Amino acid sequence: MLIAAQDVAGELMAARYQMALSLGFHIVLSCFGVALPALIYVLHRRGLKHPDPDVAADSLALAKKWAKVSAVLLAVGAVSGTVLSFELGLLFPGMMEEFGDVIGLPFALEGIAFFLEAVFIGIYLYGWDRLPPKVHLRVLIPIIGSGAFGTFCIIAVNAFMNNPAGFSRDPATGDVIDVDPLAAMFNNAVWGQALHMFVATYAVTGFLVAAVYAVGMRKGRLDRRHKMGFLVAFTFATVAAFSQPGIGHFTGQRLAEDQPSKLAAFELAEESEDRAPFTIGGLWIDGEKRFGFDIPWLGSIASGNSLNQVVPGINDIPEDERPPINVTRVAFQLMIAAGTAMVGIAAWFWWRRWRVGDAVFTEKWTLRAVIAGAGLSVLALEAGWTATEVGRQPWIVYGEMRTADAVTQNSGVWISLTAIVILYASMAVVATKVIRGMARRWRESEDVDLPTPYGPSELQRSTDQVEVG
Amino acid sequence: MGLSDVVAVLMFVGVVAYAIFGGADFGSGVWDLTAGDARQGAHVRAQIDRSIGPVWEANHVWLIYILVFLWTGFPTAFAAIMNTLFIPWMLVGLGIVLRGGAFAFRKFSSSLREAQIHGSVFAVSSLVTPLFLGMIAGAIASGRVPLDEPGNIWTSWTGPTSIAGGVLAVLTCTFLAGTFLAADSERSGNHALAQDIGTKSFAAGIITGAVALVAAITLELDAEKLASGLHGRGLVLILISAVAGGFSLLRLRQRRWARARVGAVIAVGAIVIGWGVGQYPAILVGHADIDDVIGARPTQIGLVIVFGLAAVTVVPALAWLFVLVNGTRWSATPDTR
Repeated sequence: MLIAAQDVAGELMAARYQMALSLGFHIVLSCFGVALPALIYVLHRRGLKHPDPDVAADSLALAKKWAKVSAVLLAVGAVSGTVLSFELGLLFPGMMEEFGDVIGLPFALEGIAFFLEAVFIGIYLYGWDRLPPKVHLRVLIPIIGSGAFGTFCIIAVNAFMNNPAGFSRDPATGDVIDVDPLAAMFNNAVWGQALHMFVATYAVTGFLVAAVYAVGMRKGRLDRRHKMGFLVAFTFATVAAFSQPGIGHFTGQRLAEDQPSKLAAFELAEESEDRAPFTIGGLWIDGEKRFGFDIPWLGSIASGNSLNQVVPGINDIPEDERPPINVTRVAFQLMIAAGTAMVGIAAWFWWRRWRVGDAVFTEKWTLRAVIAGAGLSVLALEAGWTATEVGRQPWIVYGEMRTADAVTQNSGVWISLTAIVILYASMAVVATKVIRGMARRWRESEDVDLPTPYGPSELQRSTDQVEVG
Repeated sequence: MGLSDVVAVLMFVGVVAYAIFGGADFGSGVWDLTAGDARQGAHVRAQIDRSIGPVWEANHVWLIYILVFLWTGFPTAFAAIMNTLFIPWMLVGLGIVLRGGAFAFRKFSSSLREAQIHGSVFAVSSLVTPLFLGMIAGAIASGRVPLDEPGNIWTSWTGPTSIAGGVLAVLTCTFLAGTFLAADSERSGNHALAQDIGTKSFAAGIITGAVALVAAITLELDAEKLASGLHGRGLVLILISAVAGGFSLLRLRQRRWARARVGAVIAVGAIVIGWGVGQYPAILVGHADIDDVIGARPTQIGLVIVFGLAAVTVVPALAWLFVLVNGTRWSATPDTR
């Protein structure tokens, strides 16, 4: 009996790790899927409309390159997203069995978004020189729109897990009854969470793309394309980074009421109290808070905009309903620290640019800060997801179903977890290698159409074609 | 016809679409695998890239469509399928990731050597993934996926019907893809390539037909419930499939590649619909009917509405994509443009 119980616990951890890894991998790529088309749109539009033909040519060339890179990133994003959809069933069949029909509506709508995105990306990527230029540019609009809509739908599912709504329980049997799919989709948490994630996609993509150009400029490549690529991406990154703390604050407001155990872990609060302090640093050791630095009253203000806001304390949450406190807490603080640093980096860059103009691109430390900001943006993304997902434990659907009750009975999860670790690690390495290879070849020749090396003759043919056409 | 039937039919629309579009997509990888070394295979591989490059992502959204309908429409059946068929589903997942990633990586490889490595990953996973999908179908069709407790984690999907389903899936994909690739090569002006692929497709079609006969016998012995459904309601679809397959082979002999493709699509569509009709009203053959496991009614209505939305948004978009890809401007090869 004891052995059986341990087995279940082991499978539970393996399933949670596998889901965490799959989501953590996909989420970075999905940022590109949502935000990169908007960045490309800005450049592509400039390429068609800018009065200076040199600027227009450079913009268009950048748009083409970004489109080609996005083909690689979006392919990996699409397939890793497909796998996530059946990992839900493979790893946590209990949740899908009980709530699959409650929360199916946003999934189905997301299917439409995913379809439209895939179709229009196919048209866009293959549409260069084949579609009329104006039509081709407009193909990006449904891609941008379906990216935003898809984000909303997927986050609606996650928000449901945090804030279950749209059904009731049969008092006698405990069965799910009175399902209202719209109420499930438009639960309390959805707007804040969806906006938070949507803006995050632009922050991550903007910072990462800008950092690529910052690295180039650190190596002395100070041509117009580098500056242009940097500024377009960093403008998106700046707007996103500056909006995010406010949105995050708004998102957190509902926690005191809806998910007190998560808020208690976020704030590392021992006892429930109003005028609660905001603690910087600190860990939960042997049932008490250690090493933190308290700022009086700020905790209540942060979580409820009021000194009277009661911040729930960990000690008031039953032990078997507490999330892993330190993981949740550290992830939450890392997210806030990284997000704050991103705001600082953006402010610093624009201040320097205002002061010294384009000479900012030769400033070693300013460029280094932007490059660090890219790492911080991914850290904030991953830490934020860790905080919200680990912070919901031990529940998979908060207050309604424990993760342990939803997890698969299969004993092979450690094996599939190992396979996924190897798979995603090698995908990351290979994707990086391929994209770096593309960048290297672009530096070596002006032509943006990279030949596809299927074989000696084909290579020759496509080279001929490039010279002719 | 109740709401549960409507939802089941809509889900099955996805199964048929995935079998045809996803099938041609997977099958292209099998052609890639058998195309020979870099010199011999260059033309086939370039054609595969042109044919499926713009459409492969959309083709695989059909799988997500099916899964969403399955868990929303029939949550307990979905959980049962995932529990019992954990291993093949995991392998399908690995296959899909490797295949899509490698296909994109190959296109932008820096050297022939790299392209060969990515290409072989793409090709092998293109063969393995439909194999496991066919085995999953075989497991459900032969009554090896129970509803209440998980079935055996290995033997549930390795029975005779699963083997037949897996092999037939791979061959069908190959035949289907061959007719697509032959027609595409012809349209892009590469008659020699069309001839080469068309001839091999004829052979693939003959083998597929022969294996389909063996599979039919396997069903009689191993999947009686499905077999009896196929004797009755499903019989007409089996006949349609056989006639369309024969028509396709005939057209291949006559080098009418585009016509052959139409025949192949009908043959595959009919056999898949035959499977659905044959096992109706069961969703897990021998264990659960559609009516037993249908999810909450309001969500099912929502699902039907979402399908309507998809019909007016996704279908025109898909149609535009296919029209563009099949237009002369898009299919021209570099040397004819």
